[in-house]
Amino acid sequence: MKEWRFWVAEQRGTLLALGIFIVMFIIYTANHPAGLTANVVQTASNKGVLLAFVAMAQTLVVLTAGIDLSVGMIFILTNCLASWLVVGTGIETAFGVAAVLASGALCGAINGAIVIFGRLQPIVTTIATGAVYFGVALLLRPFPGGSVNEDLADALTGRLFGVVPASLVTLLAVVLVIWVPFSRSVLGRAAYASGSSEVAAYMSGMPIRRAKFVAYTLAGTLAAIGGLFLTFFTYTGEAAYASGNAYTLFSIAAVVLGGVSLYGGRGSAIGAIFGALAFRTIGDLLFVFDFDPLWQPLFQGVVLMFAVSLGAFGLFRVRNKLEWFQ
Amino acid sequence: MSDTAMERLTSRMPKFLKRADPAVLTAFACILLLLFLGSLYSSSFLSPAYLLQQLKVASFLGVIATGMMLVILLGHIDLSVPWAVAMGAMMACAAAAYGPVGVALAVPFGVLCGMAIGLVNGIGVAYLRIPAMIVTLATNAVAQGLMVVYTGGYSPQDSAPDSMRYLATGFTIPGVPNAVVIWALIGAATVFVLTRTSFGRAVYGIGNRERAAYLSGVDTRRVVMIAFSVAGGLSAFGGVLLAGYASKASQSMGDEYLLPAIAAVVLGGTSILGGRGSYLGTVAGVILITLLQSILSVMQMPEAGRQIIYGLVIVVMLLLYGRTPANR
Amino acid sequence: MNEAAPLLRMEGISKRYGGVRALERADLAVAPGRIHAILGENGAGKSTLIKVMAGVVAPDEGRMTLDGREVSFASPAAANEAGIVCVFQELSLIPDLSVADNIVISDPPRRFGMIDRTAQRRIAMEALARAGAADIHPQALVKDLPLSRMQMVEIAKALARKPRILILDEATSALTAADVSKVFEVLKRLRSEGMALLYISHRMNEIEELADECTVFRNGSNVATYAAGSKSDSEVVEMMIGREYSHAFPAKPERKPTDETPVLEGRNLSWTDRLYDISLSVRAGEVVGLGGLDGQGQRELLLAFFGVLRGLTGEVLVNGKPVSIASPAEARQGTIGMALIPEDRKTEGLMLPMTVRENLSFAALDHLSNGGVIDRAREQSLIDDMVKLLAIKTAGLDIPVGALSGGNQQKVVIAKWLMRQPRIILLNDPTRGIDVGTKQEMYQLLRKLADAGAAILFYSTDYDELIGCCDRVLVLYDGTIKRELVGAEITERALIASALNIQGEEAAMTEGAGA
Repeated sequence: MKEWRFWVAEQRGTLLALGIFIVMFIIYTANHPAGLTANVVQTASNKGVLLAFVAMAQTLVVLTAGIDLSVGMIFILTNCLASWLVVGTGIETAFGVAAVLASGALCGAINGAIVIFGRLQPIVTTIATGAVYFGVALLLRPFPGGSVNEDLADALTGRLFGVVPASLVTLLAVVLVIWVPFSRSVLGRAAYASGSSEVAAYMSGMPIRRAKFVAYTLAGTLAAIGGLFLTFFTYTGEAAYASGNAYTLFSIAAVVLGGVSLYGGRGSAIGAIFGALAFRTIGDLLFVFDFDPLWQPLFQGVVLMFAVSLGAFGLFRVRNKLEWFQ
Repeated sequence: MSDTAMERLTSRMPKFLKRADPAVLTAFACILLLLFLGSLYSSSFLSPAYLLQQLKVASFLGVIATGMMLVILLGHIDLSVPWAVAMGAMMACAAAAYGPVGVALAVPFGVLCGMAIGLVNGIGVAYLRIPAMIVTLATNAVAQGLMVVYTGGYSPQDSAPDSMRYLATGFTIPGVPNAVVIWALIGAATVFVLTRTSFGRAVYGIGNRERAAYLSGVDTRRVVMIAFSVAGGLSAFGGVLLAGYASKASQSMGDEYLLPAIAAVVLGGTSILGGRGSYLGTVAGVILITLLQSILSVMQMPEAGRQIIYGLVIVVMLLLYGRTPANR
Repeated sequence: MNEAAPLLRMEGISKRYGGVRALERADLAVAPGRIHAILGENGAGKSTLIKVMAGVVAPDEGRMTLDGREVSFASPAAANEAGIVCVFQELSLIPDLSVADNIVISDPPRRFGMIDRTAQRRIAMEALARAGAADIHPQALVKDLPLSRMQMVEIAKALARKPRILILDEATSALTAADVSKVFEVLKRLRSEGMALLYISHRMNEIEELADECTVFRNGSNVATYAAGSKSDSEVVEMMIGREYSHAFPAKPERKPTDETPVLEGRNLSWTDRLYDISLSVRAGEVVGLGGLDGQGQRELLLAFFGVLRGLTGEVLVNGKPVSIASPAEARQGTIGMALIPEDRKTEGLMLPMTVRENLSFAALDHLSNGGVIDRAREQSLIDDMVKLLAIKTAGLDIPVGALSGGNQQKVVIAKWLMRQPRIILLNDPTRGIDVGTKQEMYQLLRKLADAGAAILFYSTDYDELIGCCDRVLVLYDGTIKRELVGAEITERALIASALNIQGEEAAMTEGAGA
């Protein structure tokens, strides 16, 4: 009887994000001219899934009390890379996909190595590596172009059995293959622990450095999955600076909405996924209410501002002011 | 190098050099090296006209980097630079469209808009204790949203008034572009504030150990808030100058200033962890970045190469000077 | 008197930190099926001994044998491996993880490489039941638990490691009375199961109830081991005192009882669960000491006066007028004129990379500047005065303060506040880790400042200093003032007895306020 209460307490952030998403999605479809059709769901999920992957990536790093401001650029870089590599026969395409994922993982690993072993602050490090990744993307695609294996692209962005969006199924598969094992492994627990209280984690002899390194590397991989999907949607690669920045920013918004603490140690990638879907839906609400789309960036900015300010309420519980300066 | 070897080395230097940070010396050495390499490439590199032109271009970055330095000295960071720059430029140009009063108030209005952004940053960081990176990213997004709504998504139509063009490109002192004079004035004021006022001491104190500064009876939150709004104002002023230089504002004019501003501050030896750094270093960093940009563009290095080089330079400099101490 | 052969034996263990001896050829033998209590005043070497045993620090010399075999532990994990588990005073739990996650943290059960949550939960419930805390739900998040429950989880976590030797370092300090009696039952059961228990506590009644034998530490060595109950409280106190006196203290002026208004007065101050109903007053010219074992609320009391704590109840009066101080900035200004020499000079007193000059004038810049611009001539002359007054040894004013010796750093911390000429000076253990010569100078300075009319509230973990420097000493115990010692009453015996909340014969005679 009491059992569910603890589960709720543990999953509070995730459930809240799910709630926000459901409410927003109902408002969205209720006011959508076409209503709740398979098409509307497919389009919405395809847009949402992109951000969901990047938000999952951000979650892994944020859980360790770090931040990755290069996720958007890894996303763009892998998009450009995929537009070269994910082509040709089935075998070639498979190798291409593997290469794209591996380069995403490499980008993440570089971030992790610099932050953990170079002892640099994650913020500046990932700003700088983000610039490098964007530069490489620009080298790969000075102008938008390229192509992708369209059979694969259509299969992954279409619908299964005419109803279920394939992108959502892929998202679910990624959650099962990457997030679930990670969060239930010793490393995953060490990642949570190091974000929550690094001293206590160290005292308990947990593998902190290894856990952080794996978190950064997986984050790169997840951003690369996002980059692959971007290529599947657009059939091209484009080194779009603004889009990379926007995805980094939105990933933070999604993470915050998804109940992941920016101070680390609390939250889950599932929450971040709902946060991403909710953030997308909120942004699209403007359309169904016939607002000028020009208001969308401002609206998204204000939502983000509001979300990050909510975290400040913990301040009122601080009784010893010296704790402000930890 | 061990401490004693360093001491022996520095003891042989003249007093002026002895006080300088090794990072600042390195930055100046790099400037000389770049000039030397440039002169091998083309003899016009050492001509006064070219150098003056570089100094003028550097002064826009210099004004923006001044604000960034202030914030980094506190141990924070300001990622709202791109749209604070753009907003300052756009709002100044917009104000100028409202008759002579508008023209007269164009520059202050632009700067004021930037200060408003900075004030929001400062309140978020100092009073709400939200990490600086997050607040400033959010205000950047809000500022961008406001400007998109204002311009309707097109590049802004208002052009910069003559006063702004004069500020950026005119000559009050023969031979010295006004932009350079302005940077020199702002730089002198910054040096004065950082070294001679209690505000400056508080900035360094907070950057080193906010807890100790607070226990010394300094209102650390107010200092942080003021520093952020000054930084916002300086970014916007940089935008005003840029708009004057280009005769108009444009949508993403600030994007290319965030990274160079951080790079310039870090290259100049200011610790990314806060509390350590001199304005002289930032000047060196700004000039270094500007020369690097210039040489890369003379060599027709594509944008891609420049991005990669900025990124690598920041990481390498940080690995040399900005590592957090090993805690075990 | 040991029926069983000792499980763990420590012989001739010494440990120095810098120049300070923390342990000096200490011996200890721990037998299975016994509860062994360790007693001693602040800095007697108790905590260092435990750290050596638990693999946190390595001893400089001496040997440890476990089951007759010589051992040395490179890390806490290695000590755990050997069956030695410590419940530390500072909580080592991870707040955002569940109770079960925390209990199995160092070696979670795994299936196919993933943590087996069913098994984990079973282990956690067993451990909680063994610790007598079966009411704690294994899925609850640690940060949602009250402090006393957290401490129970800490004990359960230790038990889940199946220790042969369990060390409890002030493990009951945050527990409620009901929990304490539960824990005692658990400890007695563990003893009967053959576990060796090492128990450190400042509560004499607990030791009396639990321990089979006691070892008293003094000056880093064990001075006596006796069967519990074979010594009276005053005999125990007798064993704990007798530190050699190495300091000379300035003469204390005669003080007559006066009814002049105190400069600083606190009435019924309470704050969270750390301070309870504290009333005290300090008059001009008086040095009032805060005594007691470390961590009884002394630091919080000083911070409370200085405006750092939120939610403080009670009244603070300065010169008889009620004031409300909301920040150090308010505490230091003219009408109040308060200064706090903080606990840790490296993180709270100084900005180590900044210069001696910048640090010295940092707290007084509002006095030294006009319209925010620093008057450098005035700054220089005041700094010169201070450097002379305190005889600060520095190669120059423009070198980083971090380059000075510990004693000179501490002088800078004090000088930086004297530049404001404060009328109320709060000191938080200011002589910790500094050399004897500087300490001596500091005692002279304190008296000089008091004679010049300052009101001084002085917390020290060193009883010597309290005896030598203070006109009155207030002894804190669990966040309340247990005793006030005046003038000749301030003896080592009285300080230790009241720090342990023992009513010795002497204590009984002068029993008055508090208690």
